[in-house]
Amino acid sequence: MDGIHDLGGRQGFGPVRHSPQAQAFHAPWEKRVNAMYSLAVRQGVFNMDEYRHAIERMEPRHYMSAGYYERSLTGLATLLIEKGLVSREELERRAQGAFPLALPAAPGRSNVTGPTSFNPGDRVRVRADSIPGHIRMPGYIRGKSGVVVSQSPAYPFPDAQAHGVVAADEPTCDVRFSSEALWPESADRAFVHVGVFHSYLERIA
Amino acid sequence: MSEHNHTPGSVAPVERRVDAIQSVLEERGMKPAEFIEQANHLVEEQWVPRNGAHVVARAWTDAAFRQRLFANGREAVAELGLSMPPHHRHLVALENTATVHNVICCTLCSCTAFTIIGLPPDWYKDLEYRARVVRESRTVLREMGLALPPEVEIRVWDTTADTRYMVLPVQPPRSIGWPEEKLVELVSQDSMIGVARL
Repeated sequence: MDGIHDLGGRQGFGPVRHSPQAQAFHAPWEKRVNAMYSLAVRQGVFNMDEYRHAIERMEPRHYMSAGYYERSLTGLATLLIEKGLVSREELERRAQGAFPLALPAAPGRSNVTGPTSFNPGDRVRVRADSIPGHIRMPGYIRGKSGVVVSQSPAYPFPDAQAHGVVAADEPTCDVRFSSEALWPESADRAFVHVGVFHSYLERIA
Repeated sequence: MSEHNHTPGSVAPVERRVDAIQSVLEERGMKPAEFIEQANHLVEEQWVPRNGAHVVARAWTDAAFRQRLFANGREAVAELGLSMPPHHRHLVALENTATVHNVICCTLCSCTAFTIIGLPPDWYKDLEYRARVVRESRTVLREMGLALPPEVEIRVWDTTADTRYMVLPVQPPRSIGWPEEKLVELVSQDSMIGVARL
């Protein structure tokens, strides 16, 4: 999904609001939200891929203006409703007000390729696929070429896992891109390493 | 399927929304209050940057451990009694050198090796860092207080899958020969994310 969450490389933002003693949490409710989404995953209500995608599906204005844990809360609430644990009406009755939710999901997909193997040093290109569901491919690498540095173990395939679609686990390649290839003459010089699922890649001859 | 954004009226305050969610989980028998208490203990006392500092200090003082850490991070940190959640399937330690500097991000959300280097700080999860560090790495690091000489190669690692990362900082020369317990105190969370050097 080419959603608002896909922020890598997007311009116009100001300085990172960093302080040396930065905190993870700023209020008790944030810790409660963090605990409760984790509890729901443990109880099998939804998985991590569904959770991430529920946040990605937030209405863009809400996503951009909500803090991190409000995004987490919205994803959690949306999934509790979609999984049938509670209705929206009931949730809003208990909260005594509107409870903004994420928008509905599009269908997911299974693996694109059969089992493949890549070797360190292989030149690869990220497929130009645009899919409406969950994908762990940041838009800034779409269609771009890089070099395989290593391969990870096989992982559950997010494009399927987020949507209840059956798929095989597949490895990711650690692909090294030059910032110059990603954003010609428009980036600080660096190598950007991205874990890219085999289904997102094609080999360059 | 109900429409998701038809409700008029003002949005409930966030704490009331959280209470509403908790009441649903309670009714389902999931015992959220108990779990919240356990989770608070975990995030405050168990999943802390000091864990990663121990890993770093051990890697600085024990060359064989250092190699094991690079070969299989998850197994190596287990030697120190450290565990990772099931979906953190692989831990990769990124070696900083005099000429290479590694920095970790998650542009799509907030993925972090949190049981090892602690829960991610607010700025790591915020929009500015996620958008800018991949594209303006040297500038962002300088803004955050780390000015790297031009000959230092920067490698940015975007955590997009189930691999988790931690940076293995360069040991400060003044600390060579120090005991492990003293070295642990030197290692900051920022240095293991890669926005600081020690």
